[in-house]
Amino acid sequence: MLDRRNGNGHSNGHDNGKLVVEDLENLTFSVHRKVFVSPEILEDENRAIFDKCWVYVGHGSELKNPGDFRTRSVAGRPVIFCRDRQGGVRALFNVCRHRGAVVCREREGNARQFYCIYHGWTYNTDGTIRGIPGEEAYPPGFDKQGKGLVPVPRLEQYKDFYFANLDPDAVDLETYLAGAKDYIDLVVDQSPSGKMEIISGVQEYDIKANWKLLVENSVDDYHLVTTHSTWLNYMRNSGVNVTPAKGHMLPTKGFGKDLGNGHLTTDNPNYRGRPVARWISVYGEEAKADIEAIRKELVGRLGEARAARVADTNRNLCIFPNLVINDGSSVTVRHFTPVAPDLMHVTAWALGPVEETEAQRARRLHAFLTFYGPGGFATPDDVAALELAQQGYAAWREVPWTDLSRGMGSSQEQLATDEGHLRVFWRKWDELMGAQA
Amino acid sequence: MNKPLDPAATVTRAEVEDLLYHEADLLDRWRLDEWLGLLTDDASYFVPPNDKPDADHRFTLFTVADDIVRLRERIIRLKDPNCHAEFPPSHTRRLITNVRITGVEGDMIVVAANFAIFRHRRHEPAPRQFIGRYVYKLKRTDAGLKIHERRAILDAEELGVMGAVSFLL
Repeated sequence: MLDRRNGNGHSNGHDNGKLVVEDLENLTFSVHRKVFVSPEILEDENRAIFDKCWVYVGHGSELKNPGDFRTRSVAGRPVIFCRDRQGGVRALFNVCRHRGAVVCREREGNARQFYCIYHGWTYNTDGTIRGIPGEEAYPPGFDKQGKGLVPVPRLEQYKDFYFANLDPDAVDLETYLAGAKDYIDLVVDQSPSGKMEIISGVQEYDIKANWKLLVENSVDDYHLVTTHSTWLNYMRNSGVNVTPAKGHMLPTKGFGKDLGNGHLTTDNPNYRGRPVARWISVYGEEAKADIEAIRKELVGRLGEARAARVADTNRNLCIFPNLVINDGSSVTVRHFTPVAPDLMHVTAWALGPVEETEAQRARRLHAFLTFYGPGGFATPDDVAALELAQQGYAAWREVPWTDLSRGMGSSQEQLATDEGHLRVFWRKWDELMGAQA
Repeated sequence: MNKPLDPAATVTRAEVEDLLYHEADLLDRWRLDEWLGLLTDDASYFVPPNDKPDADHRFTLFTVADDIVRLRERIIRLKDPNCHAEFPPSHTRRLITNVRITGVEGDMIVVAANFAIFRHRRHEPAPRQFIGRYVYKLKRTDAGLKIHERRAILDAEELGVMGAVSFLL
């Protein structure tokens, strides 16, 4: 582990076969770029990580009524996320038991049954078998009742965020989430009733880069000043103070945190405005009183300290392996799935309190687009940076090591502009991949 | 006796086509300040999400929903070499077809058109293609026909391989 400086370190490949090398003596943390290009490593990730960890499926608010469904991809598998006629939330493999065709083809809707167009097998919204045409031709003992849609092995929720696990023996979701729960709570506390909802309109786009680069990018505040200078200009032009704090790279001094189990977050005093509840000039003078009222409700319900925690900090939360909840200029829930070593598919939504008025909701969505999403003022430049990194990895054999040593050896708490929280992800990744090998 | 004229009756399709083709030319050549000159002072620009093409941006998360203030900021950004997603600027080619005057809303002329935009980037062998339809609201002003609202509605089920919408559709 500590020997990567020995021998001819930068030859064709990595020392001792290690892909994540932490050297506590020399204070270096290196990741071998093979992990961003190798199809074999992606296959190992699928088995060791995506088939073993809790992966995000959807939010309870997307299934308001019995029969509501959304078709999703969970760890690459087609899944129907639905509320059955009795009101229970289900995640069923969207695969006919007869010959395996996908049975629900629409993106979303309300169904009384799921119907396979191939031979007409039908299923109830709880997955049980409903009808098999020409049933009399099956032999005696044919187990019709056992031919329901197969549920994902585990489906659990925390505060309406539903996760699936393909491993029946996995620890329960709450144990898995560890310290990430506190940060989900901070998001949910924005709602007077504790109910948040996914807002209609999904952003689905590809990035020609390895999926792990978006984990890093989502929580990496080191890149903000360079990658997002045009966003900072936009904020400055709009009257927002984005001058770096004394001795710091960003307008406020924020931190990077280890939440256990590979989960991590940034935790930054706000400067960029928050719909709940910190006014900035971008919102317009007419919004001031309304933001004050939202703030007052928070204080009344949560007390000064907790209200300030909710309203005055931004947190980019990464739940291992691939869910990011950015509670910043607005709230975005996004997850991303590898398609190939150099290609990921990103799905992102906006999240807001169910109680919001029309004006508040419009403000939240406006604030979202100042920064986030494929048409925002910042995300497209993140995409550009990630794709440039992926292009650079064509030389992974000759320039093999990625450096993630910022903040190592610091006696202070890790800053959000350090890389301590990124190292949290990589240690967990290494642990799970090591267990696979 | 001065009866207000039907705005649609005061403009021909040829005039509308001239405006749209001129606009496409300015955008393809990145003459973005001149492009801003085609807009009214209260103009807006929308790209609805692929799954909710007919939605309202106040209740639905769009890909782009710019009022004139943010649109001007978007142009500042696009002209900045630090707009990394568009530096060097994409080479785009816009084909605008099926232009029709479809109605009148108050003093606005509503126009529909189809577009195919091919976006070329260095190191990308194939262009990224943005296919869809426009809905314009045009206004007759003393300075000529101006764009009050433009809405670029993509046909694809998801942005997918289009990736980011970092240039103006």
